[in-house]
Amino acid sequence: MAEYRTHPYDVLVIGAGGAGLRAAIEAAASGVKVGVVCKSLLGKAHTVMAEGGVAAAMANVDDRDNWRVHFADTMRGGQYLNNWRMAELHAREAPDRVRELEAWGALFDRTRDGKILQRNFGGHRYPRLAHVGDRTGLEMIRTLQDHGIHSGMDVHMECTVLSLVMDAGRVAGAFGYDREKGHFILWPAKAVVLATGGVGRAFKISSNSWEYTGDGHALAYRAGAELLDMEFVQFHPTGMVWPISVRGILVTEGVRGEGGVLRNSEGKRFMFDDIPDLYKAQTADTEEEGWRYTQGDKDARRPPELLTRDHVARCINREVKAGRGSPHGGVFLDIAWTKERIKDGAEHIKRKLPSMYHQFKQLADIDITKEPMEVGPTTHYMMGGVRVDGDTQMSTIPGLFAAGEVAAGLHGANRLGGNSLSDLLVFGRRAGQYAAEFAKANGAAAVDDAQVQSAAKKAIEPFERGPAGENPYKIQYDLQDSMQELVGIVRLENEMEQALGAIAKLQTRADKVGIDGNRMYNNGWHTAMDLENMLTVSEAITRAALLRKESRGAQFRDDYPDKSAEWAKFNIIARRAESGEMVINKRPVTELPAELKQIIEEMK
Amino acid sequence: MATQALFRIWRGDASGGKFQDYKTEVDEGMVVLDAVHRIQAEQAPDLAVRWNCKAGKCGSCSAEVNGMPKLMCMTRLNQLNLNMPVIIEPMHAFPSIRDLVTDVSWNYRVKKTIKPFKPRSPDAPDGTWRMQQKDVDRVQEFRKCIECFLCQDVCHVLREHHKHDEFIGPRFFVYAAALEMHPLDTEDRVADLKDKYSIGYCNITTCCRQVCPENITITENAIIPLKERVVDKFFDPLKHLFNIL
Repeated sequence: MAEYRTHPYDVLVIGAGGAGLRAAIEAAASGVKVGVVCKSLLGKAHTVMAEGGVAAAMANVDDRDNWRVHFADTMRGGQYLNNWRMAELHAREAPDRVRELEAWGALFDRTRDGKILQRNFGGHRYPRLAHVGDRTGLEMIRTLQDHGIHSGMDVHMECTVLSLVMDAGRVAGAFGYDREKGHFILWPAKAVVLATGGVGRAFKISSNSWEYTGDGHALAYRAGAELLDMEFVQFHPTGMVWPISVRGILVTEGVRGEGGVLRNSEGKRFMFDDIPDLYKAQTADTEEEGWRYTQGDKDARRPPELLTRDHVARCINREVKAGRGSPHGGVFLDIAWTKERIKDGAEHIKRKLPSMYHQFKQLADIDITKEPMEVGPTTHYMMGGVRVDGDTQMSTIPGLFAAGEVAAGLHGANRLGGNSLSDLLVFGRRAGQYAAEFAKANGAAAVDDAQVQSAAKKAIEPFERGPAGENPYKIQYDLQDSMQELVGIVRLENEMEQALGAIAKLQTRADKVGIDGNRMYNNGWHTAMDLENMLTVSEAITRAALLRKESRGAQFRDDYPDKSAEWAKFNIIARRAESGEMVINKRPVTELPAELKQIIEEMK
Repeated sequence: MATQALFRIWRGDASGGKFQDYKTEVDEGMVVLDAVHRIQAEQAPDLAVRWNCKAGKCGSCSAEVNGMPKLMCMTRLNQLNLNMPVIIEPMHAFPSIRDLVTDVSWNYRVKKTIKPFKPRSPDAPDGTWRMQQKDVDRVQEFRKCIECFLCQDVCHVLREHHKHDEFIGPRFFVYAAALEMHPLDTEDRVADLKDKYSIGYCNITTCCRQVCPENITITENAIIPLKERVVDKFFDPLKHLFNIL
């Protein structure tokens, strides 16, 4: 019998990024007892890496902006597969959520008349992103952290949740261990909020931190909740590809905005070769015209490097696959060439792109004013996740809520930049509020010790196999290779079938994983415990992507390269059958109410 | 391009430990954290290291590399002499948990004792405030802090004299400065800085500022102005006289 400590709560929040902290603050404010469990130290969650800003139609910079425009922009970006209710609530409530951060001490950049400054971003019609230079995520998480620690919540830092504890179909708490000592902990709870972020570590090249192993997705799935839209994984076209240490780190779109061009190993600007018909009229015919656009000529059309993220990412991918890539498997992004056109060019580049200049100088020994950068697509964001009710964020399991990247619906088939930070605030708050209400309305659920014991037994099995078992790091690397190669940016039926085979084999190996040493801060054990979650989400991504026989938003199928009117009517659900098999189904997209339909028509 | 290098890594826990040597391949462009990960994956799967974003933004992988407090994810191997062993140790100012991981929970307890942000009433009827960018700039510098605690590690008041019960360290002087200089804040923390947090112990050697990976001018922009506020409030002879009268 495994021993464990018990910490009961009314509301247990798993994850301490923007969504988790916002949920915990809201729940604590309503007077219930709140616990927060996070894998890292407080304030280190992936939210910290967000740069661009938080989207909210405050109309501080352009008074034409309002929630209707933001709603329509979000739906267009998501190719109308979004949960319309979430898109509506998000657009309506984001401004108040941003202003609330200011009341809690956040210091956003200012307009001349002293209001919160807002900047332009892809897909947003008006300047809408409240920001702090290029470190908006840090400002947000620190504000929530510093406010949260005085709101009465308990924080259990550096703990991993292994499973949700269930009571006759209702959630009854969570079970896991503290990473420091390896002691088991049971957190009985009347309601649980998942705020665990995304799944980017399932791919080899990712802008995501190590925590992004799909824990919340997998916990919910194993407990019987439905996952939605798992095929939609956003790849950003330009991440660093070299050195190895920084592979995946974002290279801002601003480089291309300032006149940076993409070239293959033959020195060719390949983006001119493939301009989608839909965009032909808006795209420059010549390099010269594209250059004039970047320098602010309103009569010129944009260079093809500034086409949509998904398209640019696919073109880069094609060049690399065709053997025309850079030495480290990317393509060249060249801003240094602009020195030919601009007096004092090197200084100009440093002034316009200070953080990129330092990022490459410090991490890659590359002076971007002299040499081209090597860039390639990087896994960036998970649109898919736990299916939730738009108002309450409750999943299909009573008492189990989800908010932020782990929840699905707001972003549909593709997310607009800036909409994730606002997502965390709006739906973090809602999840906290309704989880607290659920906890007040329902008594404590019963914890079944057998479930706890079985989870504990499974967790320590790797030690029994010892170092002779499979190496957890190796399995993780192999999974990342498979997902990157076979379920990445361009997808094909036979490759994805191959991926399913690989995932099944990796699952068999993961069942034999062995660990050396003891349970104290044992990174090998931690990695072993993440494997099952990563395998589950990888399978869900692959199966959903196989079923959706079309290209839409973030999903591109080389065998079905066009959007299909038929598939516009469906979302895809993944759930666990009684037998333990993964079941994938189509689910009709919920019809929009007439007034929202009208907004979309007006904004077309 | 690949060469072999020797890494001398401290392994142990609160009860003690020793350096252990690991030889591993190093490739062009690697940082110290990459080497640690490679050793972990190939030779020492239970080697404890704390890390997270691996992009210099979260401040988790603080350690001492060849005696210098560093973020392992931002320390490139080609800046080190690989003809000598690369020595990697946990931070010294905090208790050991295991290997390269230290117990930094003291920092979280300290922060909770500092009086939180208390804004003035909103400036506009809609509940919002007006602030000028130039007034925000100086606090934004402090808010760049990623809480890596390298400044705490290098501060002799904590590292050598172990005054953790009386002194809050550079990180929390920066935090206090961000609150005190926040254009909207109305709280007063000056008495606490003098009595509870012993700002007087800092003798402005600038060690903290020199190791800050975010290049925050800790000593000059945060600590010295706070010291001045303390002096103004408690040690100004004219004010003292005025108070007596």
